[in-house]
Amino acid sequence: MPEVKLVNVTKRYGRIIANDHINLTIKDKEYISVIGPSGCGKTTLIKCIAGIIEPDEGEIYIGGRLVNNVPIEDRGIGYVFQNIALFPHMTVWGNITYGPRVRGFPPEETEAIAREMIEMIKVTARVDAYPDELSGGTQQKTAVARALMTRSRLLLLDEPLGALDLKVRAALRYELRRIVKDLGLTALHVTHDQEEAMSISDRVVVMRRGRIIESGRPIELYMRPKKLFTANFVGEANFLVGEVKLITGEGSIIDLGDGMKILSRDRSREMGERVVVAFRPEFASLGRTCENALAGKMTSIIYSGDLVRLHVELPNGDVIVVKRSLRLYEPIPRAGDEVTVSVPPENILVYPYPERGLHRELSLE
Amino acid sequence: MSIVKLVNVTKRFGGITALRGISLSIEDGEYVCILGPTGAGKTTLLRIIAGLVEPDEGEIYIEGRRVNGVPPERRNAVYMFQNFALFPHMTVWENVSFGPMVKEWSSEKIENVTSETLEMVRLGERRDAYPSELSGGMQQRVALARGIAAGARILLLDEPFGALDARLRVNLRTQLRSLVKDQGLTAIHVTHDQEEALMVADRIVILREGRIEQTGLPQDIYNHPKSIFVMSFVGGANFLDGVVSRVTGSGSTIEIRGGLRIRVSDTSNGAGERVVVGVRREDVSLGKSRKRGFNNLVGEVLDVMFVGGSIEYVVRLENDMTMLSRILLGEGSMAFKEGDMVIVSFHPSECHVFQYPERGLLKEIEAI
Repeated sequence: MPEVKLVNVTKRYGRIIANDHINLTIKDKEYISVIGPSGCGKTTLIKCIAGIIEPDEGEIYIGGRLVNNVPIEDRGIGYVFQNIALFPHMTVWGNITYGPRVRGFPPEETEAIAREMIEMIKVTARVDAYPDELSGGTQQKTAVARALMTRSRLLLLDEPLGALDLKVRAALRYELRRIVKDLGLTALHVTHDQEEAMSISDRVVVMRRGRIIESGRPIELYMRPKKLFTANFVGEANFLVGEVKLITGEGSIIDLGDGMKILSRDRSREMGERVVVAFRPEFASLGRTCENALAGKMTSIIYSGDLVRLHVELPNGDVIVVKRSLRLYEPIPRAGDEVTVSVPPENILVYPYPERGLHRELSLE
Repeated sequence: MSIVKLVNVTKRFGGITALRGISLSIEDGEYVCILGPTGAGKTTLLRIIAGLVEPDEGEIYIEGRRVNGVPPERRNAVYMFQNFALFPHMTVWENVSFGPMVKEWSSEKIENVTSETLEMVRLGERRDAYPSELSGGMQQRVALARGIAAGARILLLDEPFGALDARLRVNLRTQLRSLVKDQGLTAIHVTHDQEEALMVADRIVILREGRIEQTGLPQDIYNHPKSIFVMSFVGGANFLDGVVSRVTGSGSTIEIRGGLRIRVSDTSNGAGERVVVGVRREDVSLGKSRKRGFNNLVGEVLDVMFVGGSIEYVVRLENDMTMLSRILLGEGSMAFKEGDMVIVSFHPSECHVFQYPERGLLKEIEAI
C-alpha cells in the first residue's frame, strides 16, 4: 500500500530554500506529476522521496512507514532517471536482471519476474541486444523494467522522457501511463514538459520557488487554475487588466478600459478591485456568439497543422490570441481585417491584480 | 536568386552515409525549417552550409558563389547560432561588438553598429549586463545580435530552443521569426519539433535517413503528406492497414482487420492491393449515433487524456485496434468517459491512402 506522505519537508542549500515546508500526500495507485519552472525544487523533492537527498526538516512516509533515515535500496521504490542509465556492456537481459542477481535472489524467480516485466512493458528488442543497438525509447522502457524488478509498487520517474526525441516522447507517455495503471503502481513523475504532465497524470502538482502553489486534476488546473501563475504556466492564456465595475446575479462585469467590458461568472472579487482577466485562446471564437464580444483588428495568423492562431489587437493596444481548429471550416479573416472575438462568461477567469505586477507574477524564471 | 544552393550533396562518415544527394535552394529572406528525427542528417546539412564539414560530393553556393573548400570564417554572410555561446566574462556590449572589433572598423562605426543591433533585439538598456545576469531568452537575443553585428545575413539555427523550458520556447520562437523577418534575414532552422516547424517556417524540408523526404509549405505538408512517415512525423495520425476490396468511380472500400470495412475517396490503388489508411486524430469524431456519409465504427473509450488545450480519447474498436480522437476544448469535447460505448466517425475524404510499405508499417511510423 505505497501511499506517500510528506510532512513539512524542507531542504536548504545555503540561503536558497529548495523545498519550503512541502506537504503532499500521494494516494495509493495515483499517478502524480510535479511541474514548475527550472529551479522550483521539483528535482529536490523527488530526490528526497527516493532517499538520495536527506531533508533538513520534515518527515517522509512511504506506506505508513517513516523513511527519513532509510537508505534508497530499502525504501521499496523503483527509480528511473532522465539519462538512460543502462549498463552499456550488459545486454537487455543482463540489465534487467542485474539488481536481483547482485542481491543473490534465486535465479528461477528472477527469471520469471524478468520475463513477466519484459512482456508487460513490451520491451520489443531481443533480450540479447546491447543498449547501443536499441532506440532511445526502447532503452528507457528497459530502464523502467529494470526499476520494477524489485516488485516495488512505487515508481519515481525523474524526467524519464527528457532525453528522447519529441515524437518518441509523446508515444512513450501512453506507454508509461499504461504500465503504471496495469501494474497498479503509485507513480511520481517530475517533468519540465507541462503537456506531458497534463496528459499522463491523475493529478498535477505545480511548484514555484520551493513551494507547492497548487495541485489538481489536469482538467481542473486547465479550466479553473486557482493561481494566475498556473493559468500561464499550464497552457496558453490571454491576460487583460481591468477593474470590477458591477457584481450581479450573473457574475462580475469587468471594465477593461477603452470602452471594453467583459462578463465573468466569477463573483469572488470586490467592486472597484483591480483585477487580471484570463482566458484560454481555444475558448475564444470569431463573431458575436455570446454577450462577451470584443472588437479588434487582426494582426497576424499562424497556422500549425490543424490549428490556427489569430492575433487580434484590441483598442487599448493589447494583443490577444484566438485558437481555432481548421476542421470547423469557418472563414479565416486576413491580417488587417476588423473582427469580433467572443468568449463565454464561464471561461473568463478573474484574479486579483498581483502586488508585484503582472509581468513578474507570470515570469517563468 | 537563391541565397543558398546545394547541388547533389553527399556526405559519408566511415560506413555511414549522413546525406545522400541533397539538392536544395533557399531564397533570400526565406525562413526554412529542416525537420527530421535524430540521425536524419539535419545537423550535418547545417554544418556543411557553415563550412564546418566538407561534403564528399556535390556543390555548395552562397550568394551565387561556390564555397566548397572555403573555411567557415570566410563565409561572411553565414552565422552558426548554437546554444547561446556567449563569452561569459564579457558584457552584452562587448559580446555584440566583438565581430565589428575583429574587423578593425573605426570606433565610431563599431559604436553605431553595436547600438543599432542591440536596439533591434530590444536590449539597449542591458548593454552593461553580463550573460549570467540575463534570462535565457535575453541571452539568446544577445547571441543573435552578435551574429547580426558581425554581418550575418544567413542564420543557421541548430535546435535553438532545445535547452529551454517548454513554455518559454513557445514565446521565443515567434519572437525569433519576427526578428528574422523584420531584418530581412534568411534563416535555416534545424529542429525535431514538428509544431515548432509548422509555426515558424515559410517552408519545411523533411529529412529522413539523409534524404529529402518532402519539401513544401507547412500547411501543404500537413494536408498532403506524401508518405506514411511524413504523416506520422508531422501531426501524427491513426494508421489502419488493410486490403482494397472494391474500387468504384467515387472511391474504394478497404477491408481492415476483423472484417471491418472503411470507405475512402481515394481510388489510386487497385482491388487486392495491400494499403495503409492514415486518419488524423482531429478528423476522428465520437458520437452516440452514426453520421451520414461517414465511416462509422463501434468502439469503447479506454482512456481520456488531456493534451495541451485538447481532449484526446483512446478508443478500442471491435477488432481490438485502437484509434485516437482529438477535440479542441471549447469546441464541445467533454462528452465521454472511460468505458463508454461510442460511434467513431471519420469522412472518406479525410482518409489518406498509402501503399503498404516494403519495410513494414512500424518502421515507417518509427514505433518505439
